Amino acid sequence: MSDITIHITDREGTTHQVEAPIDMNMNLMEIVRSYELAPEGTIGVCGGMAMCASCQCYVESDHELPEMSDDEDAMLAEAFYVEDNSRLGCQIHMDTALEGLKVRLAPES
Amino acid sequence: MIKTDILIIGAGPTGLFAVFEAGLLKLKCHLIDALPQPGGQCSEIYPKKPIYDIPAFPEVLAGDLVDNLMKQIAPFQPGFTLGERAQTIEKQEDDTFIVTTNKGTKHHAPVVAIAGGLGSFEPRKPILENITHFEDKGVEYIIRDPEFYRNKRVIIAGGGDSALDWSIFLSDVASEVTLVHRRNEFRGALDSVEKVQELKNQGRITLITPAEIIALSGNDHLESVTVKRGEEEKEIKVDHFIPLFGLAPKLGPIADWGLEIEKNAIKVNNSLDYQTNIPGIYAIGDVNTYPGKLKLILCGFHEATLMCQSAYQRIFPDKRYVMKYTTVGGVTGFDGSKKEAPKAVVKAIE
Repeated sequence: MSDITIHITDREGTTHQVEAPIDMNMNLMEIVRSYELAPEGTIGVCGGMAMCASCQCYVESDHELPEMSDDEDAMLAEAFYVEDNSRLGCQIHMDTALEGLKVRLAPES
Repeated sequence: MIKTDILIIGAGPTGLFAVFEAGLLKLKCHLIDALPQPGGQCSEIYPKKPIYDIPAFPEVLAGDLVDNLMKQIAPFQPGFTLGERAQTIEKQEDDTFIVTTNKGTKHHAPVVAIAGGLGSFEPRKPILENITHFEDKGVEYIIRDPEFYRNKRVIIAGGGDSALDWSIFLSDVASEVTLVHRRNEFRGALDSVEKVQELKNQGRITLITPAEIIALSGNDHLESVTVKRGEEEKEIKVDHFIPLFGLAPKLGPIADWGLEIEKNAIKVNNSLDYQTNIPGIYAIGDVNTYPGKLKLILCGFHEATLMCQSAYQRIFPDKRYVMKYTTVGGVTGFDGSKKEAPKAVVKAIE
């Protein structure tokens, strides 16, 4: 089995249950784009280098996530609408440990 | 009025390479870019990141790719209008176009190629209710002339290089400099961080961290800001507030040019020449969309090449031409330079 199920709440408030492949080196931002849950051009603007905050999301389940890199931490320090559970989707790689993950996309800014 | 054959909007890799392909067809190009330097995202966002999917370059730094492109197009003497954003386009009676920038510079060309990537880079504005009211009345997102701040009370917000560098610079100019950042840690060159520390120790910069600006007040002009640090809120009298939170791309005024837009990108005819719904206006690189579109530099190069062939036919509808290989025709620059393959020597061996 090479898929996990995750729950993504889009910017309009609708929650989508999606199957995320774990064998394609994909991250959460790319999953959102592949299911077109946010308009192109409003998410993943920098391509996934933790250099913009367009893929910011709030993690709403208590999964243990990969530790935040300095780049991600610094980017979030300058982003808007940041909460304690904010992460950059591009820095969350799909992995079996994330089965059942629940996230909500941050507003566009 | 600047006149050219192909007016290229956006000086990223795709726009730069279009100059080369146009040059082979003896078409002159002029580029407009909102950023002060050519290279687009490659120079502005990730100059030190390696790119691995440029054909024949196993690895190349984004900044080096731009330098190489600039070298490659130098013989074709492109013109540049940098630090200005293409604002309006007017179609003339003879089907040519006049593009005017936000600073009023006018450009005239028979063909316009939009190579605008994700759009023009605009400062990211903090979410403060009345911030637009104070824009240019005490709130500036870009420092154009440091002298403007001479003997003024300035508050800067941000945690990156520009916030640090401007705090240092303005500490010699302004009467008071306050730097506010949401964290205690700054992301910038080590010597900038150390310099700010030193200026703070000398009392020349007031540092407030971890803190945030939560309100602006004043009448016609900004008079004070409210800084929140933990639970404590404090009003600080200032003349200027300079938020430096980096740049984000916005499609901007191009979105109002009557072009068909889909998914925040410009729809083009990809089976032919990447022309938009307005004949004579093309869109190449990351800014366009068509079925199967991939936002890759290498795809932008291909699109630029096909666009130039079509542009040539538009400019010279009656002239016959076939594409020539550079290995055969060499490269003849507008600067008089000529590069070509060395001729084989035919000589008998006795």
